[in-house]
Formats: sequence, structure tokens, C-alpha cells
Amino acid sequence: MYGKGLRPLSIATVAALVAALSLVFFYAPLDADQGFIQKIFYLHVPLAIVALVGFVIGGVFAILHLRSGEGRWDAYSYVSIHMSVIFGVAVLITGSIWAKASWGHWWVWDEPTLVSFLIVFLMYATYYPFRYAIEDRERQGRYASVFAIVAGAFVPLNFMAVRMAQSLVHPRVFATTNGGLPGSMMLTFLISLLAIGLLWVTLVKFELTAKSASGQLKRLRRALDAPAPGGSSRVAPEVS
Amino acid sequence: MLPLIAATPALPLDEAGKYVAGAYIVFLALIVIYVAIMAAKLQRIERELRELAGFVESRANGDQAAPAAEKVTSDV
Repeated sequence: MYGKGLRPLSIATVAALVAALSLVFFYAPLDADQGFIQKIFYLHVPLAIVALVGFVIGGVFAILHLRSGEGRWDAYSYVSIHMSVIFGVAVLITGSIWAKASWGHWWVWDEPTLVSFLIVFLMYATYYPFRYAIEDRERQGRYASVFAIVAGAFVPLNFMAVRMAQSLVHPRVFATTNGGLPGSMMLTFLISLLAIGLLWVTLVKFELTAKSASGQLKRLRRALDAPAPGGSSRVAPEVS
Repeated sequence: MLPLIAATPALPLDEAGKYVAGAYIVFLALIVIYVAIMAAKLQRIERELRELAGFVESRANGDQAAPAAEKVTSDV
């Protein structure tokens, strides 16, 4: 069920990543200010956007879980957050590398964009111990959904707060007035964003498929260990 | 491959190059690690499925005591 369409999606993801990397290194011009180091922008920023959107999507799935009580929405929410945390690790590492190259420091504590992302990341890092501290599966899913909704609402609020901080250190390259990205850079950025977005969706589907298969195996094992009348109905799809 | 390399602009692979390479390698490494973890999970699922198939086979044959895994390996 979860593996449906995984093959074309994987092919599209690889094609988009190849296209994005080609544009980054063979098409996009060198930045007048930062030069070659600016190429990290096409990786770091899409990763950050996709990770943050993924956290919000996890919150939306959590709302659907609380409304319907269906376990699959909890699984969607969990996997969305899980994948966004992995992307978050990549954001922090690539951001640190860019900071070192541009500013001469691996981390700058007075830069709101960096610190706010770290806060969001650390907040979601607590999702795992919070979730797995609860043994009862139903309560675990319910409490995790509440966490995902509250944290998901915090993400756009955090983003807006940072925008309002108007830092002079972190450049705002998407400005509509003078100083925004030129066309070739914007095209490269958008293709990179598409590629990273597709990668996120593909990996989420991979994870869900693996979890679904694992859950069905557990059910099958239980059904075989203790067969009941009409046992075939016990082997139903499940995501653990 | 050669035309591709020829089309490459003069990349300044000095001070900045190592940082850019580092960032992209980190990204690639994370994906490879994730795929490796998924491959390990897939292997575990396959192994469990093989055990279950063997168990079902032995039950169907009325041979509960037969080692399940051995029966299935011949099918693979």
C-alpha cells in the first residue's frame, strides 16, 4: 500500500537531484560577493525549507490522527518528523560549514536564523524520548500527536519572529526589491528545492513501506503463534 | 564524461572548494547511511519472512518440530 508509486518517484528524485547538481555547478553563476562558497546555498537552504515544512506536515498528520483516531496518520506524522530531523542534521552541518567559510566561525550565537533553527531541531529531538517513554501504544500515539501539533505550530511562529528580527548578518536573498536573486540563480534554487522536496517524499514513503512490512510481519507472527477462528482476518495491514 | 569535464567552469577549488565539497559530501554521506540502515531493515524483514514461510510450510506438512529455516533455504 505504502510502496505504491515508489519506483517512478525514486526515478524522478534521482533525475531531479542530477539536474539540480548540474545546474548548481555548470549553470548558476558565481556569486559576486561570496564567490564559489555560495554554492552551499543551493543545498543548505532547500534542506532547511523542506525540513521545516516537513515538521509542519507532521503536525497536520497529527491533527488528522487526533480527529480520526486512525493509526496510519500517526505513522505518517512520526515518519514526517523523523525524516525532517534527519534533514535538520544536514541543515546544521552544512550551515556550520558555510558559516566557517563565510564568517570564520563554525557557529554564531548572535545570529537569530541559526539559533532559532537549533531550537526547533532540539525541540523535535525530544520527540523520540517523549514518544517512547509511553508504553501504551494508543496513548503514545495520542500524546505524540499533541506534541507534533504544538511543535508544528511553533515552526511558522519561529520563522516569522526571525524575519522580524531583521538581522543584518544573514542575507535575505528572496527580497522582492533590489538585491534579490537573479533569474539563473533563482531557477537553480527552485530546481534544487524541488529535488530535495522529492527526496524527502521518497524517503518518507520508503520508511513507511518498511514500517508497514515490519508491522504486517509482527501481526503474521502473532496470528501464527496463536491461531484463532477466522485467523486470516488477523493478518491485516499495520504500521508499527 | 570528457565533454562534461570540459564544460566545467574554472572551479576555484582552493580554500572555498574544500568547504563546498565538504557540505555536499556530508549530504551524500547522510543519504548513504540512511540507505544502509534501510537495507539492514529490509534484510531483517526478509529473514523473518523466510522463517515464517518455513514455519507455515512445516505446519502444513504436520511437522511442527522441523527446523523452519532449513526448509526454506532450498527455495531461495
